[in-house]
Amino acid sequence: MAEEITVKTDGVVKEYRMGGTILQALKGVDLEIGRGEYISIMGPSGSGKTTLFNMIGALDRPTGGIVYIDDVNLLELSHSEIAWLRCWKIGYIFQTFNLIPVMTALENVTLPMIFAGISTNERKEKGMQLLEKVGLGDRADHKPNELSGGQQQRVAIARSLANSPSIILADEPTGNLDLRTGRDIINLLKEMNEMEQVTVISATHDLKMLDVSDRVVYIRDGMVEQIKAREELEIEIGTVEGEEE
Amino acid sequence: MITTAGILLGIAFFVATLSGNVISDAMSKREVVVTTIDVQTEGVSAQQIWLIVMSLIVVVVGIANSMLMAVTERFREIGTMKCLGALNRFVVELFLLESGFQGLSGALMGSLIGFISIMLLSLKDYGLDLFRGFPEYILHVLMYMGIACLLGMILAVLGAAGPAYRAAQLPPADAMRVEI
Repeated sequence: MAEEITVKTDGVVKEYRMGGTILQALKGVDLEIGRGEYISIMGPSGSGKTTLFNMIGALDRPTGGIVYIDDVNLLELSHSEIAWLRCWKIGYIFQTFNLIPVMTALENVTLPMIFAGISTNERKEKGMQLLEKVGLGDRADHKPNELSGGQQQRVAIARSLANSPSIILADEPTGNLDLRTGRDIINLLKEMNEMEQVTVISATHDLKMLDVSDRVVYIRDGMVEQIKAREELEIEIGTVEGEEE
Repeated sequence: MITTAGILLGIAFFVATLSGNVISDAMSKREVVVTTIDVQTEGVSAQQIWLIVMSLIVVVVGIANSMLMAVTERFREIGTMKCLGALNRFVVELFLLESGFQGLSGALMGSLIGFISIMLLSLKDYGLDLFRGFPEYILHVLMYMGIACLLGMILAVLGAAGPAYRAAQLPPADAMRVEI
């Protein structure tokens, strides 16, 4: 199913300067992700998952190499074009939810639509639809601190879908949640992936994520160690779990 | 909230010092001298200048610092907004607008509080005569209150502008990484 490529990275390198030394977080990552795929990026902490996530999401600039989204080279885009891309093409979900604390759930969900220039009525209507989709229609007027972690993450998922992006980037979406809530969130993501044909790219070390992924990309020391399709994976899960203590 | 309180206190101090001067000047010109008070014949004494300068410093440092902190601790929010597609310009404008309102409301309340407290203090010194002399100093006091409000707003906007601009320029990944 993954014939049309939506995200492509070509020898992406990212270096951080730490005092005098240069730390290479990514050492040349080549990756192709097809439209509608559900990809998990796995790897131990410090392996460069989040850095790669930031590169694909145009949240940071690579030191070397090129990231393409729908065949557009991100390095060639201006600030406002990148803002446009973040607004319309990509939805972001974070480990720490990153909702705006002073805004209600509905306002948080409609925020990206303000940046997209959508009218107030349309925003409200779509915002409510999205909240209902994630099962929080009755909590629209609650502020983030009046919601549980799982509910906040669901608001964040609704927000990421606000402008119907073609890609959802999730950075450890279940990292701060308990097992069952985490599973709910994963199922919700999978549902969106199947229903809306959104590409889901998720950095994670949550093994539950493997069940629903089409492919799993293993990263170690800033390089792609291996890429496995789900079929090859079923047998593997046991050993992977063994590996992680 | 604490930011507004900071502005409020600074401005209150500023207005109280300035108004205190004007009031004591006006009252001494009326020559309703209460014995316990050491009357200053000259307009502004060295001590008063020192007090005014001090209050200005308190205002500048206090407001700039609290705005700086207020914006810095919201770097993550700025990063998030940029992820959601906010333009750099939008982020800066939002924060300038917000700090302007915050500065203005803090300064308004502060100048009122400063005025009321100096009136109460003077009431102790001059008794009810204070109200008879009202027309002589009220214009001055109002002017100082106006200046103080303007000052509070400008300082708040200036204090917020630096970090807001810096945060807007950062790639969102960096803005969100900032830990407070």
